[in-house]
Order: sequence, then structure tokens, then C-alpha cells
Amino acid sequence: MEALFALTLGILTASGVYLLLRARTFPVVMGLTLISYAVNLFLLAMGRLSTGIPAIIGQSQSYTDPLPQALVLTAIVIGFAMTAFVVVLALRSVGETKTDHVDGQERRP
Amino acid sequence: MMLALLIALPLLGAVVPLLTERYGRSLCAAATALAPLLGLVLLLGQRSAVFAGEVLYLQQPWLPDLGLNLSLRLDGLSFLFALLILGIGLLVILYARYYLGKNERSGRFYAFLLLFMGSMLGVVLSENLLLMMVFWEMTSLSSFLLIGFWGHRSDARRGARMALTVTGAGGLALLAGILLLGSIVGSFELSEVLASGHFIRNHTLYPLTLCLILLGVFTKSAQFPFHFWLPHAMAAPTPVSAYLHSATMVKAGVFLLARLYPVLAGSEWWFYLVTLTGLATLLVGAVMALFQHDLKGLLAFSTISHLGLITLLFGLDTPLAAVAAIFHIINHATFKASLFMAAGIIDHETGSRDMRRINGMFKYMPHTAALAMVASLAMAGVPLLNGFLSKEMFFGETLAFEHHLFGSFYWVIPVGATLAGIFSVAYSLRFIHDVFFNGEPINLPKFPPHEPPRYMKVPVEVLVFLCLLVGMLPGYTVAPLLATAASATVGGVLPSYSLAIWHGFNLPLLMSVIALIGGIIVYASRRPLFRWYAGLPDVDAKAVFELGVRQLVAVAERLTGILESGSLQRYLVLMLLAALLAVVVGLWGLPELAGSLALTRPDPVTALGLVLLCLSALLTVIFHRRRMVALMMLSVVGLLVSLAFARFSAPDLALTQLSVEVVTIILLMLALYYLPPATPGESSSLRGFRDFILAAASGGVVGLLTFAVLTRPYESIAGFFLDNSVPGGGGANVVNVILVDFRGFDTLGEISVLAIAGIGIHALLQGLRLPPPAVDAEGRDWGRERHQPILATLSRVLLPLALLVSVFIFLRGHNLPGGGFIAGLVTSVALIVQYIASGVRWTQSRLPLDYHRLAGLGVFVAGLTGLGSWLFGYPFLTTSFGHFHLPLVGEFELATAMLFDLGVYLTVVGATLLILANLGQLAQPDPGKEVV
Repeated sequence: MEALFALTLGILTASGVYLLLRARTFPVVMGLTLISYAVNLFLLAMGRLSTGIPAIIGQSQSYTDPLPQALVLTAIVIGFAMTAFVVVLALRSVGETKTDHVDGQERRP
Repeated sequence: MMLALLIALPLLGAVVPLLTERYGRSLCAAATALAPLLGLVLLLGQRSAVFAGEVLYLQQPWLPDLGLNLSLRLDGLSFLFALLILGIGLLVILYARYYLGKNERSGRFYAFLLLFMGSMLGVVLSENLLLMMVFWEMTSLSSFLLIGFWGHRSDARRGARMALTVTGAGGLALLAGILLLGSIVGSFELSEVLASGHFIRNHTLYPLTLCLILLGVFTKSAQFPFHFWLPHAMAAPTPVSAYLHSATMVKAGVFLLARLYPVLAGSEWWFYLVTLTGLATLLVGAVMALFQHDLKGLLAFSTISHLGLITLLFGLDTPLAAVAAIFHIINHATFKASLFMAAGIIDHETGSRDMRRINGMFKYMPHTAALAMVASLAMAGVPLLNGFLSKEMFFGETLAFEHHLFGSFYWVIPVGATLAGIFSVAYSLRFIHDVFFNGEPINLPKFPPHEPPRYMKVPVEVLVFLCLLVGMLPGYTVAPLLATAASATVGGVLPSYSLAIWHGFNLPLLMSVIALIGGIIVYASRRPLFRWYAGLPDVDAKAVFELGVRQLVAVAERLTGILESGSLQRYLVLMLLAALLAVVVGLWGLPELAGSLALTRPDPVTALGLVLLCLSALLTVIFHRRRMVALMMLSVVGLLVSLAFARFSAPDLALTQLSVEVVTIILLMLALYYLPPATPGESSSLRGFRDFILAAASGGVVGLLTFAVLTRPYESIAGFFLDNSVPGGGGANVVNVILVDFRGFDTLGEISVLAIAGIGIHALLQGLRLPPPAVDAEGRDWGRERHQPILATLSRVLLPLALLVSVFIFLRGHNLPGGGFIAGLVTSVALIVQYIASGVRWTQSRLPLDYHRLAGLGVFVAGLTGLGSWLFGYPFLTTSFGHFHLPLVGEFELATAMLFDLGVYLTVVGATLLILANLGQLAQPDPGKEVV
């Protein structure tokens, strides 16, 4: 399980990084989203992987670590705010420069 | 307290001239003089204690963890320097009253001068070395302001900049040296440092520490090869030169030599470095001084030469040499300050400083001439003047030292000293003869010159009188001061010495005679010498320095150009590489990748889910040019991630991820409406390959890191939260209790960020109008039917249900998965569906909510809940809860945390809708058309 999970995170990160390095804003936003998925899963995994024992008192014998979960919960919401901000920045950039290239101008010769 | 006052008086007094400037120059100068005068009285009040060998301390912790304390000390050495700083400072204030013109900002000038005086006093009175460093830098800064006082002149600006650069760079080296010294000793307090001299000299870091400290000293005291800034600092007004370059600024370096003498001296390193630097500076300064045609230039190089002499004496490393060095510091301060002032008078009265033009001044200003001549003779070391005494001691010491370190070259130092003496006599003669005699003045800007105002000469008279007094009656005047200062320097009992004028016929006297006669000969043969000098290639230190600065700037620009090419992709590549390197270095240290924990077997469902997750991520990349398809794939990734959360015991996260996913995809689709539907394939194969390698490497490293972490056991603080969630927070859902109770303060910060992001987006979209595309990616018209009736009808029915669900999720959040974040997102989704189905105007006319206010209100409610606990005397954000009973509903629980969660809910709804509703309204140049 651990190896598979690690592999998944690796692929998520690699996909995110590849898109992050594209020259247009939209793939960059998608890449950022992929990377934040990877980061959130990574943070969750810091409390180790466990199934069927959510941190709700009285529902099971042992509990998973609730602290990373609390961190990730706010991270998800803040991540949304960040994505939204970057998207709007991209739109503003298109409005100002008439191109969606990340440098604000088409590739120089 | 007296010590602190001594420094504070001039620093605070710096305001006085600024306030009194408008009442005229005389009053301004008088008011300025008050602070130093008071300081001088205070200082002299301590005279008997200091002369008795007492050391006064003031200790006040400032940042004790860093070893930085406001601790001051007054011993013989600092007494001497404080006396010079205050005494000569007062004379300079009087002198500057007449020197500065009516239209010059004398208030500003005096303010700078007092700032400098305060900083200088700080340097000499500090007991803590770090504190001294602070004042040291303050002297560099305030001297920059003083040297560049005539900021309209480019030479003043450049001279000031050069002085600041050189002394500032030296200051950095000094700081490093002091930090090393402090770490060797374990304290920055001077008394502890001074007590551990032997230990320091045997430390392995001693040579490095010494070199760094000496760099600071040599740059400040204009020692060869860092001497070049001093002549260019002559662009300053003459009172500044008289003050900075006789008694204060440049003496700060030699002061530090004296201060740390018991610690650093006594090694071969010290001997070679300090002696040779001193000797080189002594000779270079003396020779160069003769060839200057500028009056102040001559004095500047002579200052350099005398500083070299003092440094050389410290380098000789005998107690008597240290006494001679201290003695020469006093003498040089008096005669050089008076000479600078005399030069200023001549400049003031003739409008020129060129010695080839100002001749025969004796006829026009006999009084000033007499004063200047006495001072120059003191500089030359003529008997019956103070310069003679210390020079004689100097000659004596160069002969007396029997250092084996020079081997058979022991004669180099006395011969060099005599040679410097010859040139010193020659340039002093030139100062006297060229300026006051030597025919008639040539083509002066102001003619005829006459004596300056009466009181402008007073400071010069005082100083020259001191030269004479010390020169003739050393035993009755300077002896006790010298003895106290020297014993504080050496840090022990002084050997016996005599300050008599006549020691009988001996070698030092012979050297003096040689110097006098040789000097006269050199001066007599000056014309061929000047011709020879004019034939030398012209090495302008300023040009070299400016070239160096320009080259440095060019290199920096080129480096910036390489790193900051304006290409975001390049920056990202560099950042990723740096991040990769950091992780790889960290992982390198692991003995093996897998830890001690046993691996768990994957169950088929989870494995399938993870494999699908990988596939959809890869598909997102593969289809990334076709943006809509890629977006669909991305949403699959998001859904699978929320399933993964659900699988790995994180139901709250699964709910949050699910609702955020919906909002995010709607947001991206909205954005895609305005953006090109496809990404052009423009990356070169090479770049694509590079990105592929980088992506694979990042993925690999993250994967390895995850695996390494997951297979290792860990210590968690989760136990506390699990134990205290129900009894302390009144909730069974530990994640929610952490959010709204244990770490409520963090959450408050996070919802503030969310609200700020919403408002920031609103601001970004202000005034932005994007043309909506006419056709979609396949060339089809966008549908005319903007609002589907089925969706509209359904969504209206669903709205109350969805709101009910969100209330349910909100209420149960404290005990079961749910809470303010998730409820807020569900509400947002329900409302956004109305926008999509029925349009912005339709929805807003029925739902007149101001989302700014809503987001703000949320943060406000959450904050207020936190403040509420103050009313009951608890810390910020303490929660309380209780059980209530209502008919029909039954027993239920209410916690103040719920109120806090309500704030979170409101903020999430407000911010989310603020973002999406704003985006939806972008393309509405005419109100008839709507996007959503």
C-alpha cells in the first residue's frame, strides 16, 4: 500500500510540475491544482495511512491522527482561494496584454 | 547614568540646532554647543576617579540572548578620547559658526555634527563590543552626511560615497571579527574579553579574527592600501575635516587598536601585520604629502602618514611604544585640528587652496600665519613643541625594539622612520614657506585677503597654545592624562619613562637632527622633485575606485540578467531545481530508503482507486492542449482524491474536497470561457524534454520521500487532542474541534485570508472587460438558449433542500463529519447553481446579498466570539459549552465554538460567491447579454 501511495503522489507531482512549466496560463493553473492535490495527500499521509478509524470519539477503538487532517482541511479551502486568485490574475493578464502567455507577451524571437 | 547621558546628550541635542536655526547663526551655534559643553563638564567631573585608576561601568541588558547589552565603561583610554571628541568638537562648533556662509543650512550641519559626536562617544565608551559596533556604523553613516554636506557638488558626493563604501566594507569585516571574538570568549563584554587575551591568542581562529578586525581598523584609519578615501573626503567643509580627520573618525581605528591591544597584540601575526602596514602608510603618506598642491590634500596625506606612525608604534608591541602611540594621538589631534582650521581660514579668505597661487600670506594675515607656522613646526617635530616629544619617543622606540622577527633587517624600521621624518619636515616647510612667504599671491579669486573674524581664530589659538604648553611643560600638563590612558591601554603597570625635552645626546636626537636637515634639503630641491613627480603616470585612486564600482555593477547587472530574464518558466525551473537539490541532499543522509515499519497489503478497491488516480493525472497532462478535456480529467482527479480521503479515515476532508472540487471546476470553466480553448504547441522538443526530465525527477523525489516517511514510525501529539476533545472542547469530531477550538486562532487567520482573497479578486476584476467569444472551439455558436428551463426548475426545487443539508452538516459538525467549512461550501454550490441556471440578474434580484459584507461579517463574528471569552476573564478564543433541553427536539448541546463556526460558514459563503459571481459578470458590456 505504502509503495503504491508513494507512486501515486509521485505521478501527481510529476504531472503537476510538467503542466506548471507550460507557457500558457491555463495549464499552469491546472498544474498548480494537481500539485496541491499531491501536497494535501502528502500532508494527510504524515499521520500515516489507516482505514476505517476516523478521529470521531466513540466510533471506534483507535483513532487516526486528527492533526494533519485539520491542517489539510484549511489547506484545501485556502488552496481554492489561491487557485481562484491565480485564475483571475490570468484573466486580468489576458485583458491587459491580449495574450495568455505566462510572460505577458508572446515568445520573443 | 552619567555615561549614558554623555552619549545621549549630543544625540538628543542634534534636534536643538534644527529648532534654533531660524534665530541666526550665532544663537544656533551657541545652542548647539550646550550639549557638548554639558558633556564636557560631566566628563571632567569624573576626572579624579579615572585618574585614580577606577573604571566606571553602566550595565543595562538590551538583548541579552544575543549578548548585546547597553553596557558602557569609562577608563583612562575612553576618558582621553571622550575629552578629545568633546573638546575639539566644541572648538569646531565655534569655528564653523564663522566658516559657514549665511545661506548655508548651518542647522543641518550642526545636527549632523552632533550626531557624529554622539556616535563617536558611543564607540569610545562602549563596554559591549556589539554595542560599539552599532556606534561604529553610526559614525560611518553620519560622517557620510558630513562629508557630503555640500551635496550639490559632485566631488563631495563621490568623496562621501567612497568614504562610506570603504569604511562600510571594513565595518562588515570588523563585525565578523567581533562576532568571532565574542564566540571565542563567550561574551561580548569588553572586561571579559580583555581578561582572556592569552586564551584568544592560542585559539585556532585567532589569525582570522585578527585579520578581520584589522581590516576594519585599517579602513577606518586610512591605512595603506585603504588610504585613498581620505584625500577625497577633503571635499567636505573644512570644519568637518578638522574634526573627522584629526581627532575623531580616523582615530576610531587606532582607538580600537589601543582598546584591543591587550587581547590581540603579542603574536607574530600582530607584529608583522600592524608594523608593516604602519610603516608603509607612514612612508606613503609622508612622501605623497610633499607633492600635493592642494592645501587640504597636503594635510590629508600628512594625516595618513601620522596615522601610520601611530599604527607602527602599536605594532612594535612594547608597553613604551604604546605610551608613545597614545601620546602621539593627543599631539596629532591638537596640531592637525589647528592646521585644518588654519587652512580653512586661508581658503575662506582667498577663495583658493592651491599652494602654487596662495603665496606671501604673511603680509596679509600675520596673526593666522603665526598660528599656522607654530602648528606646522609641531607637525614637523621641532623642539619645544608637542610633536617633538612624541616623535622623539617614536624614534627611540624604533631603535629600542630588538625584535628577532626582522632578523638582520632590524634597521629597516629606524631608517624608514627617519626617512618619513625627513619628508614630514619637508612638507611642513612647504606648508609654511609656500603659503606665507615665497613671493606674491598669483591670481587669487578674492584679493586682497585679510584676517578672518576675531572669533574664528580663537579655536586655532587654543589648540596652538596647547601645542606649546605640552611641548614645553609636558610633566605639568599632559603627563597624568597620558599615564592614565596608557595604563588603561596596556592593561597593567607602565614601565618608567620620562617626558623631558632634553635627554642628552643620543641616537633619537641624532635622528631628529637628520630629519630636520634632510627635510630642509629635500624642500630646497623641491623643483626637480616636482618635475620628477609630474612625470610619473597619473594614478587616480578615485578613477580606479569608480571603475571598480562600475565593473561590480556591470557584473551584478549581467548576473541579474541571466537569472531574471523575464521568463516565468525559467524562474520556475531554477526554483524547482533548488527545491529538488534540498530534498535530495536531505534524502542522501538516509542509510536506507525503507524504514522499520512493515508494509501493509493493498486491498483491491483502494489499489484500483489509486491506479485510476494516476491514470487520470496522466490523461490531464496528455490532453492538456485541449483544455476542456483536460479540465474534465482534472475533475476526475479531484473526485478520486476526495475518495482517497474518505478511504484513509478522513471523512471531513472528503466532504471538503468534494465541495471545493465542484466550486473549482465551475471556476475554471468560467475562466475557460474567456481564454483560448486550446493551448498552442510551441515548446521546442528540447524544452519539452527538459521539462519532462524535471517533472519526472520531482515526481520521483516526492515519491521516494513519501515512501521513506510512511515506512518510519513517528511520535504524534495527537493523543492530547483525542483525550481532550470531548471533555475540553465538547465535541466528538476531533478535526472540527481542533479547527474551531484548539487551533481556533489559526482558523481565524485562515478565514481572514479567504476573505482577503475574495476582496482581492473583486479588486482585480474591477474595470476588466473581456470580449466573450462568439463561437466555441469547434466553431459552433454559443447556445442562444442561455438558461435551460429544466435546470432552472430543478435547481429552484433543490435550493431549499441543499440549504437544509448545509444546515444539517453545520449543526452536526462538532460531533460528526461536517462543520462550517463544508456547510459553507455546500451553500455556495447551491447558490451558484441558481446563478448558472437562471442568470446573474435574476438571482441577484431575488437574493440581494452583499457578499463583501457577508465575508466581512463572518470574520467579524468569529473574532467577536473569540473576544467574548475576555468578558468572562478567559484568554482569547476560549470556548465553553453546555447541554440544553428543548421540548420536541430533546437534549442538545450548544458550544460557543458553534458561533465561531458560524463565522467560518459566513466567510466561506461570502468569499466563494464574491469570487464566482464577479467572474460571471465579466463580459457584460450591454446588460442584455449574460454569461451565466
